[in-house]
Amino acid sequence: MADLRSTLAGISSPNPFWLASAPPTNSGYQVMRAFEAGWGGAVWKTLGTPITNVTSRFAGLDYKAYKMLAMNNIELITDRPLDENLREIRECKAAFPDRAIIASLMEVCEREAWHELVKRVQEEAIDGFELNFGCPHGMSERGMGAAVGQHPDLIEAVTSYVKEVARVPVIVKLTPNITDVRVPARAAAAGGADAVSMINTINSLMGVNLETWNPIPQVDGKSSHGGYCGPAVKPIALNMVNDCARDSQVNIPISGIGGVEFWQDAVEFLLLGASNVQVCTAVMHHGFRIVEQLCDGLNTYLDERGLTSVEALVGAAKNRITTWENLNLNYAVVAQIDQETCIHCSKCYIACEDAAHQCIDRKVVDGTAILTVDQDHCVGCNLCMMVCPVDECITMLQVENGLPPESWKERSSKISATLS
Amino acid sequence: MTSRDTGPSIQRPLTDLEIKLEANRCLYCYDAPCMRACPTHIDVASFIAKIAQGNLKGSARDILSANPMGASCARVCPTSELCEGACVYAKDDTPIRIGDLQRYAVDALQRSGEQLFTPGPPTGKKVAIVGGGPAGLSAARDLRIYGHAVTIYEMHDQLGGLNTYGIVPFRLANDVALWEADYVVQLGVDVETGVEVGVDVSVDSLLGNHDAVILACGMGDVPALGIEGDDYAWDALDFIEHVKMGRRIGDLGDRVAVIGAGNTAIDALTCAKRLGAERVTMYYRRGEEHMTAYDFEYAFAKDEGIEFRFYCAPVRIGSSEVTFVRTELRDGRLVPIAGSEFTEPVSAVISAIGQSRLEQTLKAFGVAIDAGVVRVDDALQTTRAGVFAAGDCIYAKGEREAMVVEAAEQGKIAARSVDAYVRAKAVA
Repeated sequence: MADLRSTLAGISSPNPFWLASAPPTNSGYQVMRAFEAGWGGAVWKTLGTPITNVTSRFAGLDYKAYKMLAMNNIELITDRPLDENLREIRECKAAFPDRAIIASLMEVCEREAWHELVKRVQEEAIDGFELNFGCPHGMSERGMGAAVGQHPDLIEAVTSYVKEVARVPVIVKLTPNITDVRVPARAAAAGGADAVSMINTINSLMGVNLETWNPIPQVDGKSSHGGYCGPAVKPIALNMVNDCARDSQVNIPISGIGGVEFWQDAVEFLLLGASNVQVCTAVMHHGFRIVEQLCDGLNTYLDERGLTSVEALVGAAKNRITTWENLNLNYAVVAQIDQETCIHCSKCYIACEDAAHQCIDRKVVDGTAILTVDQDHCVGCNLCMMVCPVDECITMLQVENGLPPESWKERSSKISATLS
Repeated sequence: MTSRDTGPSIQRPLTDLEIKLEANRCLYCYDAPCMRACPTHIDVASFIAKIAQGNLKGSARDILSANPMGASCARVCPTSELCEGACVYAKDDTPIRIGDLQRYAVDALQRSGEQLFTPGPPTGKKVAIVGGGPAGLSAARDLRIYGHAVTIYEMHDQLGGLNTYGIVPFRLANDVALWEADYVVQLGVDVETGVEVGVDVSVDSLLGNHDAVILACGMGDVPALGIEGDDYAWDALDFIEHVKMGRRIGDLGDRVAVIGAGNTAIDALTCAKRLGAERVTMYYRRGEEHMTAYDFEYAFAKDEGIEFRFYCAPVRIGSSEVTFVRTELRDGRLVPIAGSEFTEPVSAVISAIGQSRLEQTLKAFGVAIDAGVVRVDDALQTTRAGVFAAGDCIYAKGEREAMVVEAAEQGKIAARSVDAYVRAKAVA
């Protein structure tokens, strides 16, 4: 049994799975249920001046028969009074003292306003703050959320206001709706943040109803852009987390957010540099009970690899990401099709033929398509393996070409040396 | 006992949710093996993808353009022998339910009532089709699309052939068979029902008044057993026709014997059982492994509570019993075992030992016939210029079972050949 305990900027929790600030952490009732189910921590639905929400608010992106490959929302921060939220936070902390409770905050960009909110909230035994500089809809029109997160100077300033009075660690939650996430992350660090969390939701428009031509979700026939999240955003989040994890000017812990549904997703975030993960969409889809899957899967994985703690994963693969110019141009793989497990669907053939390098030979013998790779011409792009419905049927084999590793950077510098 | 009372259909239409899951499970294979396994080459991957994308009309068009008998085939095709048997998931016993998906798309079209096809510009050419079963209807549909005038001469009162008269209602209900026929007729096909070619209309007038003729008259009655008392026996097809048309059958009693082991025998057996006969038994002169019924049909009959007796041949039929003799294979030849006769109490006997050939009708067209089977080339042209043939009248024993889908494909081929023939003649 591996040690699943996790620490982010000094905030400890029995496992690395926190609920993100979102509808599942809207109330004490929900957070109690979450902690009963086993969640390690919860970032409370953003506190601030209560708002009025619209109906409807959410929309799902389905793929074929699969529901909610992603979702978006136009819900705002808490719509309940601060006192009520603080009382429930107190009750949850009393019932589950070992769990992390983080208060997500949003306020206008004024020093005094932030001071007042921080002081008020930290009268409760919270474990940390998360500053919501990411909410991309509604609040941003009022100069908050992503409107702050898109201005590094505001991030730095507000973070420093909070740090002036905060007695617990401060996490800054970043918006992905920028070009280079390292810039706001550096600003947060410069403002004294103890950690950053990312990604908040992505600007999105979920779709249009083909019958009515109403946008989805629709509010009396209209919509506005919403925040996009769920399994489909994971690759974007992983890239941003890793960008920050490798940046020497950020250099503070990261809480990874974006599409975590399975334990494998969490392991990826950890390996690429996150210290823990936050989850929302998967809970909105399946309920709090999924934390048992997450913990059990992670534990089994750690045990099977002989790792004794979650900490052993944090950042363990982060430096395997580099710039393109450092990749080995002499590394070569080619596809190989296992004839035993091939089901002869020809998906690999048509993908290679129409979209890659025409390197799969197809012969119909007695009505069955026999598929083989022309390995002399295969460029090792992976496409056939990606489209094959049978796991492990198509594998990529390394070709021993005897060439020493050589990156584009090395090759171009050699060329420059020759020319000079 | 009232007729038609044979219980609900053995196939349940899939629900919308089942369809969504099943359609999306399809891999959309390239040059899909299911398509190659279909005698009419329906682009299965395409029609399923259209269902998955909510384009049911496009899906039905994919199906019916390749197979005008797509509604009946969705129900009666031996899919495990054809498309579903070829599905890349078949090896793992989880083939896509292609037949059920096809039914879903065509059912939606039937409900909408929309006609997806239009006749071609008139060519002034006239084609006669002898027989309004699957082959004749399939040919008629395509000939109308080519723009030729078509008249179907049908012996029965209604179109559809065996779909209408010869397939048990719990497998193929008549509203489907008749809708499918009507869907073809809507394209402007002239239909002469209750007309027997060679009797009510002369072969010469048919040949004289049309630019081409397609023989699609199928096969005839179940031949006589040729034993004492064989007139006591029902002709299995006549029996099924009675059930389907709601005609009175009379009391079958509680012990029904069916002679034969093909798919029609299974239909007769299960039909009799569903009509209320207590014990329904199949008697077959050969062994289980020689049965020509599909394995899934045999399994269905077992599920329905049918009993089976192998290696026994009827020798004498009485009013309330049948005498059989046991048989055996000796040096590959089936022989009766002397002294092995036994008598079974039987309240009704149904003979399903195959179908006779309509040699008289066919001969009148002056075409070459081999053992009752019209001789055709690959284009389904008979030995007489301008006369083509399709469906069961060209079905030679020993090939795989006669199938609606095969007849539909032959109808298409015959129509194509007729089209080429009459256009060439116009140029000459």
